[in-house]
Amino acid sequence: MLKARVIPCLDVKDGRTVKGVNFVDLVDAGDPVEQARIYDGQGADELCFLDITASHENRDTLFGVVNRTAEQCFMPLTVGGGVRTVDDIRKLLIAGADKVSINTAAVHRPDFVAEAARKFGSQCIVVAIDAKAAGPGRFEIFTHGGRRGTGIDAVAWARRMTGNGAGEILLTSMDRDGTGEGFDIDLTRRIADAVPVPVIASGGVGTLDHLVAGVREGGATGVLAASIFHFGTHTIAEAKAHMAEAGVPVRP
Amino acid sequence: MSVAIVDYGSGNLRSAAKAFERAAADAPRRPRVAVTADPAELARADRIVLPGVGAFVDCMTGLARLPGMVEALHERVRAGVPLLGICVGMQLMATVGEEHGIHDGLGWVPGRVVPLAPGEDLRIPHMGWNEIERRADHPVLAGLEAGAHAYFVHSYKMVPDRPGDVLAVTDYGGPVAAAVGRGNVLGTQFHPEKSQRNGLALISRFLEWRP
Repeated sequence: MLKARVIPCLDVKDGRTVKGVNFVDLVDAGDPVEQARIYDGQGADELCFLDITASHENRDTLFGVVNRTAEQCFMPLTVGGGVRTVDDIRKLLIAGADKVSINTAAVHRPDFVAEAARKFGSQCIVVAIDAKAAGPGRFEIFTHGGRRGTGIDAVAWARRMTGNGAGEILLTSMDRDGTGEGFDIDLTRRIADAVPVPVIASGGVGTLDHLVAGVREGGATGVLAASIFHFGTHTIAEAKAHMAEAGVPVRP
Repeated sequence: MSVAIVDYGSGNLRSAAKAFERAAADAPRRPRVAVTADPAELARADRIVLPGVGAFVDCMTGLARLPGMVEALHERVRAGVPLLGICVGMQLMATVGEEHGIHDGLGWVPGRVVPLAPGEDLRIPHMGWNEIERRADHPVLAGLEAGAHAYFVHSYKMVPDRPGDVLAVTDYGGPVAAAVGRGNVLGTQFHPEKSQRNGLALISRFLEWRP
């Protein structure tokens, strides 16, 4: 049976992790590679790097991080943030990424997703959707790290992107992100019901019960979280044990 | 000893190469790992790896675009060199692929590559960790104990003509071939290079395999 995935996400800026990461046994708390290794050891099912480097020149540091991570962690690695061209994708794959996630560039030019999927295969093209509630049962997508509204309906967008060849949707609720109040289940369920591809729920995890709800009530095939893992509130292993106890199939 | 990973422009090649480099560094004979698009390199290799992501036809086209590569692969397989196909690299071993039309495969393991049937709760691609159930004894798969997990990403599955060529299955809306093989060719639908400890152990055993 296919297992629900637990995916820790690290925000990387200029090659260093931002947002505090608070493991006891880290030598260098800002080194994403070292953090990746800890999550690998804890049994994470996948890793996600979100690059928030502002300047294009500094992006080369990201390739170094991806390269060093892929040399040490033999698990799927998704990298997102600032992916705009086929060449960006190629460079990330050469560095050792398995999947890339595309957000703003897909909104600017939806055909980019189709081109990328044709070139590299749907399995490595993730479309990241940042959505906010815009009325009862309606959600709008945002770009530029959630700063810019688009007027585009999230459900219609998710359908369009999977139609263009996206192999997975990484869905973040902007309303819940950073709140610790749990996933936006209504949003997650609507997207999961609308598309045939796997959906990763993100934004708002504060307790282990939230992870269970994302899969069971939201219909997500994977759950992504940052703070509860970074701050040492819970380990990946604890998260999985909790999910298993609640009857969600996970890889031990 | 040397391992040739065939580079025909397909997907996450580096990620596969890194896992083989790691396994090779720990192997008794410390084989050299070369990522290559040169058929002459295959002639010198003691092990060949055929990776593959994306569509069946794109991968076959990519191979055919390298002059002499398909012939070199056939020649080395006939000569008994151990070959591991990964994901679409495994599917290419079939007789035909039915993704985007009907296309010839390499034909080492008679069979067809057909779509995973989407069901009510079945998302496509089949993406994530799933259990491996061995159907036959094979030295390279020996370490995959009951309940062992591996990482899958695929939308098509291989159906060998001879059930005996299915070495392991996983369950996704019914049994799906997780490993196939005969003689000196072996294929895994899952990605050993992404399957952490289980995957690296499989790669190590492939490096030591003497069919």
